[in-house]
Amino acid sequence: MKQEMFKDFSIDFPILKNVTYLDNGATSLTPECVVEAMNDYYRKFNANIHRSIHKLGEKATEEYEKSRVKIASFINARPSEIVFTKGTTESLNLLAYSLSKDLKEGDEIVLSKMEHHSNLVPWQQIAKEKNLKLKYFEDDIDDVITDKTKIVSVTHVSNVLGRMNDIKLIAEKAHEKNALVIVDSAQGVPHVKIDVEELDVDFLAFSGHKMLGPTGVGVLYGKYKLLRKMKPFMYGGEMISSVSFENTEWNEVPHKFEAGTPNIAGVIGLGRAIEYLEEIGMDNIEESSKELAKYAYEKLKDIENVEIYSDEDSNSLISFNLKGIHAHDVAAILDKQNIAVRAGHMCAMPLVKEVLKQQSVVRASFYFYNTKEDIDLLVEGIKKVKEIFA
Amino acid sequence: MRDNIDPNWLGEDDIYKENILDHYKNPRNLGEIQDADIKHTGLNPVCGDTIRLFVKLKDGKITEAKFKGQGCAISIASASMLTEKIIGKKLDEVKKLTTEEIKEMLGIELGIVRVKCGLLSLNTLFRGIEIMEEENELLS
Repeated sequence: MKQEMFKDFSIDFPILKNVTYLDNGATSLTPECVVEAMNDYYRKFNANIHRSIHKLGEKATEEYEKSRVKIASFINARPSEIVFTKGTTESLNLLAYSLSKDLKEGDEIVLSKMEHHSNLVPWQQIAKEKNLKLKYFEDDIDDVITDKTKIVSVTHVSNVLGRMNDIKLIAEKAHEKNALVIVDSAQGVPHVKIDVEELDVDFLAFSGHKMLGPTGVGVLYGKYKLLRKMKPFMYGGEMISSVSFENTEWNEVPHKFEAGTPNIAGVIGLGRAIEYLEEIGMDNIEESSKELAKYAYEKLKDIENVEIYSDEDSNSLISFNLKGIHAHDVAAILDKQNIAVRAGHMCAMPLVKEVLKQQSVVRASFYFYNTKEDIDLLVEGIKKVKEIFA
Repeated sequence: MRDNIDPNWLGEDDIYKENILDHYKNPRNLGEIQDADIKHTGLNPVCGDTIRLFVKLKDGKITEAKFKGQGCAISIASASMLTEKIIGKKLDEVKKLTTEEIKEMLGIELGIVRVKCGLLSLNTLFRGIEIMEEENELLS
């Protein structure tokens, strides 16, 4: 995609007027239309959903459920397969908690070495509690998958390396062993077109705030027949169909997993965000994310003392260090030049420390509203960092 | 967009002042004390910085202080300056050190995230003192 095709995104994303924002892997910016959609809820039809028998409640319910339909069609799922959570982390915790009820001692869970803490810690803790075996693969899942494997939970795109797992292949191999496949797509859904049916994954988790939506809302996709069988994760209002003093009947999916009043404005905002992404086109976004990452790689690899950790064909980001300079210092000096990047272990400590052998790294992560000019500024910024620490 | 960049970004308000960079590049009191009375490792989970502090006491006074660690310029400079600051001081005085005094010592303004780097060495020292005192209590 040609950058020129794009309009001036600083109209929709006013922050771009002030900052070269290269921290999209942490959270994306929020366009005005999404802020407006959420404001409309609070200003015009603020009401609780699925219970209030008045016009406001009907309008709020309608808008909330419309978002579910949009999100379902966005990833080629059915609306009943879309559970709203507060983010990828909650989606994955829900799965770890609910699915582990059926696991027994000696059962195995397979993860990749690239996992974010949110797809590692829940499984690690449940494995300890129930004496399950946790296995990690680096390149080839065949090294660790066995007949005892019950769950395979993998990142779609690594938030440090920008590497995309071959989800379709992993799903095939897991299903051969009758294991369930879970995908942490926090870094995937924002950048590539997803078709859950084609990938044939059992569950897929993602966050709204990394794809133009607000913070505090996320999605868990699950195959209908699996969601139906699963036990709820949280108990409370909305998730029940009938309650007596002794017993409770669960509501239908997906409502069974949405206890309590949800983030109504957030869900509506996420629905609007998806419309915005579709207007731009996921194919264009995928191309732009890759092109920017490639351009950054080409530019940074020629700078002396820059060490790059992410892949050459990284999906949407570049991770690097300047030899002898701590990532925090690089980020702080870039910030002085109004360039926002991330520095640290990226919530993937095992990968950064044990695989990359780094204490921390700098990450510049891109989205479609970034330009090659932003990367040129990053390059200039890096040169200034080197001057200061020379 | 570019108009908003502060042209004086290397000016007085910058945190990468010469004294900070000097302490980072040439840390004072770098090393270990084998028979230290206080020994503790502090970790800043935000960035993975670690500081290991060693303190030797005599009659309630700090006679020697050393540190080892990995970290950004702020956390290393802060540890280097802190060891210089506490040597020769009474432990009771050192226990009263405040965040403000560390900021003054560094001579820079730190935001809510970065202040954790600046305070890592002091918090490591405080926790080390607590542990030593708890152990002493058990022994007495």
